[in-house]
Amino acid sequence: MEMGPKNISRREFLRNLSLTALAGVSVPLLSSCTKEEAEDFLQKRYVEMTEEEKKRVIAKLEERYRQKYGKKFEISTKGPVPNTLWGYGLDLSRCIGCRRCVYACVQENNNSRHNPQLHWIRVIRLKRGNLINLENSEHYYDPALVPEPGFVYMPVQCQHCENPPCVKVCPVHATWKEPDGLVVVDYNWCIGCRYCIAACPYKGRVFNWAEPSIPSEEINPSVHYLGNRPRMKCAVDKCTFCVQRVRVGRYPACVEACPTGTRKFGNLLDPNSEIRYAIANKRVYRLKEDLNTEPKFYYFFEA
Amino acid sequence: METLKETWHFYQKTLSLVVRGSRAYYLWCFFLLAIVAVGFVFYVKQHDLGLTATNLTDQVSWGLYIANFTYLVGAAAAAVLLVIPAYIYHFKPIKEIVVLGELFAASSIIMAVLFVMVDLGRLDRFWHMIPVIGSMNFPTSLLAWDVIVLNIYLFLNLLIPIYLLVKYYYQKEVNWTFILPFILASIPWAVMIHTVTAFLYNGLAARPFWNASILAPRFLASALCSGPAIMIIIFQIIRKISHIKIEDEALFKIAEIIAYAMFINLFLLTAEIYKEYYSDTVHIAPFEYLLEGLHGHEQLVPWIWSAMAMNVIAFFLFLVPATRKRITTLNLGCVLIIIGVWIEKGPGFVIPGFVPDPLGEIYVYVPNMLELMVSFGIWALGLLIFTLLMKVAIPITTGEFSHVVYVEKTSRREEEDKAWRI
Repeated sequence: MEMGPKNISRREFLRNLSLTALAGVSVPLLSSCTKEEAEDFLQKRYVEMTEEEKKRVIAKLEERYRQKYGKKFEISTKGPVPNTLWGYGLDLSRCIGCRRCVYACVQENNNSRHNPQLHWIRVIRLKRGNLINLENSEHYYDPALVPEPGFVYMPVQCQHCENPPCVKVCPVHATWKEPDGLVVVDYNWCIGCRYCIAACPYKGRVFNWAEPSIPSEEINPSVHYLGNRPRMKCAVDKCTFCVQRVRVGRYPACVEACPTGTRKFGNLLDPNSEIRYAIANKRVYRLKEDLNTEPKFYYFFEA
Repeated sequence: METLKETWHFYQKTLSLVVRGSRAYYLWCFFLLAIVAVGFVFYVKQHDLGLTATNLTDQVSWGLYIANFTYLVGAAAAAVLLVIPAYIYHFKPIKEIVVLGELFAASSIIMAVLFVMVDLGRLDRFWHMIPVIGSMNFPTSLLAWDVIVLNIYLFLNLLIPIYLLVKYYYQKEVNWTFILPFILASIPWAVMIHTVTAFLYNGLAARPFWNASILAPRFLASALCSGPAIMIIIFQIIRKISHIKIEDEALFKIAEIIAYAMFINLFLLTAEIYKEYYSDTVHIAPFEYLLEGLHGHEQLVPWIWSAMAMNVIAFFLFLVPATRKRITTLNLGCVLIIIGVWIEKGPGFVIPGFVPDPLGEIYVYVPNMLELMVSFGIWALGLLIFTLLMKVAIPITTGEFSHVVYVEKTSRREEEDKAWRI
């Protein structure tokens, strides 16, 4: 007899609790003013969308970008090309530290221009005689002329690890490795916790601390959903090896911009590709190999 | 029907109890509310501008918020570890105050969760983390683990004290076969929340400062210092402003536990410092930044050495029975530990993880006004929640607020009413 009323009171208690919780959740939902905002709020994770849903989201975004930047956007959702695994090569003996790749990347990928200006590529300057200990690296070198005697330059960007720690730590599956090896982010799914930034050993990830600012005349309207489309504040982004370009047979913007031929790119599964040639004939190494992240970004020296 | 009435009645009574109080009570609550309001205004600004409103950058991407989060998880975990002597060894002086400790744990968890919420860039997408509805990366992401264990811990620490208090209120027998499993579960769960929080940092090979297996034990040891130290202070305030009796013996016992925990904490820290300094690899850089300054950047150095001094002094104060059992030195030790561990486990733990960053850059992070205000707001909100919980819990524990008293009073009033009518 003692048990009966107690059980009910517990049930009542839980019911009251859940009703309060429900009310708490529905208030922000109901008060969100426009239908579009509600749609944004409820938008699904990219990989879970049906083709139909993807089309709707693309149409919505194209319209939004047109209004914001006054240009007609093409947002691609092109998937990976079968039998490709993208790999990158970087010839350290050629890099002169001019940072043309950095700015070509900003331009191509619609990165925020100021407050802050976001770079997906970071060129660091190291004293000759040392490549592993980065503690004495200089990030903001600014001489009148490069290269400077006594220094080497090492560009670093997302290394597109086969074993990416950023993907492992993301609490919401907002970032993943595509079948062609590219590590991408669903900018609309990222909750902005920045755990991936803490986990990345290469500083490959960049956070939109503020609403990105891009002058309309500088906008690149040819974009990919998982790549260079204009992003929003407080979501993370990163180098995608220019997914919008490489999946249609073009080089990444940094490869094209490099004046010294430092940068090589290609399909690791194709024995005749440039990158496979570099691996076979140069002395390649990868950054922080001891962390077992298996980067697909190979540094090498001539001969 | 009867129980529905009972529950509703309990709600009403607690509500009227919470809104009525002395002048000092009102002043205290409104003082806290004012801080909460200021914090909220600053948070709204941060929400509008984005996290650019803070001093965080891609180099140091977690700061004051996550530092507070880490500290509060420890405080919450430690509060419940007091349950062990109370329930298992039936150490009576502590047993009476266990409910208060659990409510303190609940308040700490609420603060810890709020610190994560304000740190999230996209609070509007928080639901992405909810299992089933969103897409939680469980069991791979330790952050997913943390969300789960913290919420279960919060549930336990609300269920247990509320269940006991309602029973006390209606002066009914506590059904121990129902509640004891939850009480027992809360003990390993306390260890779990702090271990998972430690693992969250621990698993990152990119951050050598955190990537040390000694981390989780260090977290537990330091939490067992700061959590109980806060409780000792709170218990003294409670017994001063209420009729609740908390024996000195209970406080001294807690202080003794702190002394042992502090010894382990200092020992583990020494072990870690020895390893880094003797082996002297490139991984020493964050330790240098913390302890002696790196390339001329010495922001954390005075803080960490003050913290070390505080912890060592407090250790001796609590080790020597004479100083442990004198209220003034006891309180001094508690304050030293609360501040010392906050520095060590908060900013002194989070910031060096990011300095130097993985590509060797040193960014000097000092929290700005907005981060401070938002943090104060959350602390004030936590204190307010704890105050309101205490407002109900204390009179129930002392027996001043119970159903019987209410029934007697109402029946007396009914009689008086009747008398008037006649």
